[in-house]
Amino acid sequence: MKILVAVKRAIDYNVKARPKSDGSAVDLANVKMSMNPFDEIAVEEAIRIQEAGGATETIAVSVGPKQCQETLRTAMAMGVDRGILVETDVETQPLAVAKLLAAVIKQEQPGLVILGKQAIDDDSNQTGQMLAALLGWPQGTFAAKVTIDGERLKVAREIDGGIQTVDLRMPAVVTADLRLNEPRYVKLPNIMKAKKKPLDTLTPEGLGIDITPRLTVVKVAEPPARKGGVKVPDVEALIDKLRNEAKVI
Amino acid sequence: MEFDVVIVGGGPAGLSAAIRLRQLAIQHGEELTVCVLEKGSEVGAHIMSGAVIEPRALNELIPDWQAKGAPLNTPAGEDRFLFLTETRAYKLPTPPQMHNHGNYIVSLGNVCRWLAEQAAELEVDIYPGFAAAEVLYHEDGSVKGVATGDMGRTHDGEEGPNFAPGMELHARQTLFGEGCRGSLTKTLFQRFNLRDGVDPQVFGIGIKELWEIQPSLHRRGSITHTTGWPMDMKTYGGSWTYHLEDNLVSIGFVVGLDYQNPYLSPFEEMQRFKSHPEIRKQFEGARRLSYGARAISAGGFQSIPKLTFPGGLLMGDCAGFLNVPKIKGTHTAMKSGMTAAEAVFDALKGGQPHGQEVKSYAERLSKTWMWDELHRVRNIKPSFHWGLPAAMAYSAIDTYLFRGKAPWTLRHRPDHLQLKPAAECQPINYPKPDGVLTFDRLSSVFLSNTNHEEDQPCHLTLRDANVPVAVNLARYAGPEQRYCPAGVYEFVQEGSESRLQINAQNCVHCKTCDIKDPSQNINWVTPEGGGGPNYPNM
Ligand SMILES: Cc1cc2nc3c(=O)[nH]c(=O)nc-3n(C[C@H](O)[C@H](O)[C@H](O)COP(=O)(O)OP(=O)(O)OC[C@H]3O[C@@H](n4cnc5c(N)ncnc54)[C@H](O)[C@@H]3O)c2cc1C
Ligand code: SF4
Repeated sequence: MKILVAVKRAIDYNVKARPKSDGSAVDLANVKMSMNPFDEIAVEEAIRIQEAGGATETIAVSVGPKQCQETLRTAMAMGVDRGILVETDVETQPLAVAKLLAAVIKQEQPGLVILGKQAIDDDSNQTGQMLAALLGWPQGTFAAKVTIDGERLKVAREIDGGIQTVDLRMPAVVTADLRLNEPRYVKLPNIMKAKKKPLDTLTPEGLGIDITPRLTVVKVAEPPARKGGVKVPDVEALIDKLRNEAKVI
Repeated sequence: MEFDVVIVGGGPAGLSAAIRLRQLAIQHGEELTVCVLEKGSEVGAHIMSGAVIEPRALNELIPDWQAKGAPLNTPAGEDRFLFLTETRAYKLPTPPQMHNHGNYIVSLGNVCRWLAEQAAELEVDIYPGFAAAEVLYHEDGSVKGVATGDMGRTHDGEEGPNFAPGMELHARQTLFGEGCRGSLTKTLFQRFNLRDGVDPQVFGIGIKELWEIQPSLHRRGSITHTTGWPMDMKTYGGSWTYHLEDNLVSIGFVVGLDYQNPYLSPFEEMQRFKSHPEIRKQFEGARRLSYGARAISAGGFQSIPKLTFPGGLLMGDCAGFLNVPKIKGTHTAMKSGMTAAEAVFDALKGGQPHGQEVKSYAERLSKTWMWDELHRVRNIKPSFHWGLPAAMAYSAIDTYLFRGKAPWTLRHRPDHLQLKPAAECQPINYPKPDGVLTFDRLSSVFLSNTNHEEDQPCHLTLRDANVPVAVNLARYAGPEQRYCPAGVYEFVQEGSESRLQINAQNCVHCKTCDIKDPSQNINWVTPEGGGGPNYPNM
């Protein structure tokens, strides 16, 4: 069985995102970009399944500009066998990415697709679900644990107040949540080896997919600054403020 | 892993050396593998500089840099040198070292990102996110290479679940370009007695902010330096304000780390400096984008150590190649890296063995324009021991009369010995930050995007855990709380006892604590690779 993982090049989680002064987008000029952390978890899971003998090949796919090659090399340095870049400079929105992935999946025929549950840049949390719908495959989202059992897959999902386990027929789509695993450190010799692993480049046109953005960004703004706190003299004053000013009780 | 040359540090020095080595290898049809280790999460992540740079070395290294898209976009324009009092600014004649015609205002981090791309095209293997944690030696005592740090150790040093041990990288020559106060360079100084017979290195700390200002107040290319207020006449310090492209302004303040009053706080001097009427007027309606700090070598010529040892050499600011009155070290770092590369290439050509001492590096360097430049300005900084007015008078005489060829050389004293006991000094009352123009440490550090994996051994090591309270707090009122620009050191009161808390995750790798700690009790070592600031456009 092949496993395909989707990896997005996103603003690094350490970087404080900041809107451009004209409010059109987040300023990404010379900002550090990395693999979306949830995708790193997805990659780790795929490699662990492969290391445990559950997969014959692991493939990472990224959609975006040329620099996404670095993201794919990182996935390969972690242990993925090869990479596919669907290269485009057009802004990538969830539906377009899901369609592109579906097209790649039709070619590659994996038994399992793992994605991060969402990307930390736009927090859309849509691509995995849309992909499953487009393919007509079962989905296990927000995965905290994945167990393969023959043709079937058990996914323990993080839901409000607990864990729900779903039992899916493969091929299936899984999206990784934070607690699924802790990704490994990339080792130096593996970075060198990753440079020699195959990396193919496709284009949306070649795959026959129209990726024209359908969503328009109206404005990107900083959250309003937090107001400073005040000291209240006693409990009565506190209750009064909570009731009448904050209106929370 | 085996390479012909391993380079520690992806700054201007390291990258220039890597590029030059590969250029020569290609030119002469030699096989030569070159690897660069960089502790930042990417090249440029830890680079923090002014910066007005002289393109001289770059012209020599990559003559067609303009066509190749080097981010030198803002030619230096109007140049001002101001003397500040608390409320006024007086224009001084710009000293000749400070003339900037033909220079460029840049983000040095972005220049390094670009240099790394050029190096990668020449097949240099660049590994960001890996710190060189240890120098390795052959049995004969020559340098064998370096080992990267372990990843995934817990705070008590145990192997965590994701533990990945460090790697040994062996090379015929190991080139150190760690920048100011390199942590491995420090061990090499000792091991090979490289500082014997030269002056101690002296330092400054530079604190920088990047702002986006109103277009109407922006004058692209303008350069302002100030001296005077808020420093007292005895303390070496001054500011820069550079207007880059895109309405960006780089503003910073440098304080000589030979300051004596333990109550002094470089961070707060920077904040207070911005509130000067002449300075603040540019920042109406502006927003602060980034913050950082970095030590800078200020010893100049008389502090240059021995540069070579069996198996390796020093280049760039870890050897102290900085033109101090110009506060420029990029062109000298690059030139030293290029010269090192040329010497090393000749020494390794045709499969020469490891462990050689490439003495020709120092000889070649002494014949370059860079050497001459550093020699001429050697007396300016030490003259500041006499206080600002005398120093300025001296500098003028030295510069204009002797043109840097005065028949004497003034000497340096080490920075950590300069602090006076708190009891002999006046506490300084710094104004409270307003959150608009002036800020506190924590909201500033936030903008450096610094981070360290929390569960790892503390990289700010203490030789003796009792010294902070028994000496630093008791005698010097805990100066580390003030000189650290990132709020890493905090004395907390627990009952009647005080204790030093080290918030290592906040560290921005400026190295000031390693330099200024009065008993040299703090030893900065590399944390897990990739940790530290993530400076954009700095
Ligand atoms: C506040 C300030 C203002 C300045 N202004 C100017 C200016 O206007 N013009 C000018 O020309 N110069 C200026 N300089 C000086 C200039 O920035 C330096 O001289 C120059 O950056 C030195 O280059 P370098 O390559 O030697 O070291 P650095 O630029 O310090 O680079 C060293 C690199 O090595 C990495 N490194 C260090 N140790 C290790 C390790 N053990 N393992 C792996 N990686 C490691 C670091 O992360 C860093 O990326 C300024 C410096 C400061 C601090
Ligand atoms: S801990 Fe030391 S190196 Fe780190 S930011 Fe503070 S003074 Fe600089």
